[in-house]
Formats: sequence, C-alpha cells, structure tokens
Amino acid sequence: MKDVKPKSGLNAEIQSRIGHQLRAMYDDVVRQGVPDRFAELIRKLDGAEAQAQIAGDPAAKTEGGE
Amino acid sequence: MPLTDSLRDDILASVPSLRAFAISLSGNGDRADDLVQETLLRALANIDSFQVGSNLPAWLFTILRNLFRSDYRKRRREVEDADGSYAKTLKTQPAQNAHLEFEEFRAALEKLPQDQREALILVGASGFSYEDAATICGCAVGTIKSRVNRARSKLSALLYVDGAEDFGPDDTVRAVIGGSGG
Repeated sequence: MKDVKPKSGLNAEIQSRIGHQLRAMYDDVVRQGVPDRFAELIRKLDGAEAQAQIAGDPAAKTEGGE
Repeated sequence: MPLTDSLRDDILASVPSLRAFAISLSGNGDRADDLVQETLLRALANIDSFQVGSNLPAWLFTILRNLFRSDYRKRRREVEDADGSYAKTLKTQPAQNAHLEFEEFRAALEKLPQDQREALILVGASGFSYEDAATICGCAVGTIKSRVNRARSKLSALLYVDGAEDFGPDDTVRAVIGGSGG
C-alpha cells in the first residue's frame, strides 16, 4: 500500500494519522451504544405522540426560525 | 412510510453514530444528547415524509445537522466546552500520552470553521460518501470536497507543521487562517 510518491510521503502519513484520530474519537462514542433513554423513547413513541411531544415542549420548537 | 418495527430498529441502530456526530459538532456531551433526542422526536413525527428505500442515516443526520444549525445560531458561543466535558463523555480514559494527543486533536478540530468540521466528520468519520454528505449539508458535492480538503490541510498545519520549532502555534494558526485580522 506504500505506493505514494516520496515527496508526498510525509503528507500522506499525516493525513492517515488525522483520519485515524478522527475515527478513534468518533468510534469511542459509537461504541457506547444506545443509551436507555433513547431506546425507551423510540419504543414508546409513534409518530403522533412525537408530534405532540414537540408541540408540547416550548424548548423543542425550532420551526419558524428560518 | 408508516413507522414499522423494522424502521424503528433501523432508527435505533443509527443512534450511536448520531450521538458521535452530535458530540463532534457541539463538543458537549449533554447538549449532544439533547440534540439526538430532538432529532429522534422530529424523525418520528415526520416519518411519513421518509421515502422507502432512501438513505435513513443520511435523513437522520440531515435533521440533526439542521437542528444544530438553528440551535447554534441562537446560542452562538454561549456554551463552550471549557471544562472538557467532551472528554468526560468518553468511557475509556486514554492513557496519559494518548490522552494528551487526543486533547490536542480535539482542540485543533474545534478551531476549524463549522462548515469544514462537519464535512470532515461526515466523510472522514461517519463514512458517508461525498454525495451523501452534500445532501446532508445542502450543498454541492464539489463544495464538500473542497471543505474536506481545507479541513485536512488546516488540521495538519495545526498539529504537524513542518519546522514547527521555527514559529509558535499562534503564528501557525494565523498563517493558516490567512490573516483574517480577528
């Protein structure tokens, strides 16, 4: 896989390191799985209930901002 | 389409990566989980508008990104992650050296402009294609590519500049940002 041009060697190495760190950071959260609060939320709610939740929670209103 | 059990399962399966995306956007674990919750409520409330066979993760990421954007405009920089609450959301505490490197990386990532950071995360960490990332961000594929490239070169300048001993990080940052004059 080391078929990069010698001149871009350093850059390619840095880029692969950045990619690795980025994924490590991201995957660390992904590996935590689904917190109970979300599993429960999805299990309990259907579409209509979700609409009611959004309507009933002033903090959740973001419509009309655009 | 109606909310079937399998769609429910698919939404649930997207939660871990939605959280990772939210945390990388907001840099704050608590706020990220609020964003995810709001995203799920909206997704469920608007499930009828989801097209069968289209990309569910991309649809969910679009909702989350738009919520973050409108929320972000409202709050601006009110909530900073000064106390490293991001690091606290991580279950595995990295070893000392790795931890330092991780903190440096996170700090560099936060220095990127919003547009570039989200493009880099979507393509480089979430694993979306340039096309999907463009859909999520509502811009052209070419725009995503150039944002990702700029993000990468900025990060490498911030983290691994050639001859870093010649000038301090502040000069580096200024040079990279292109003297925007604060």
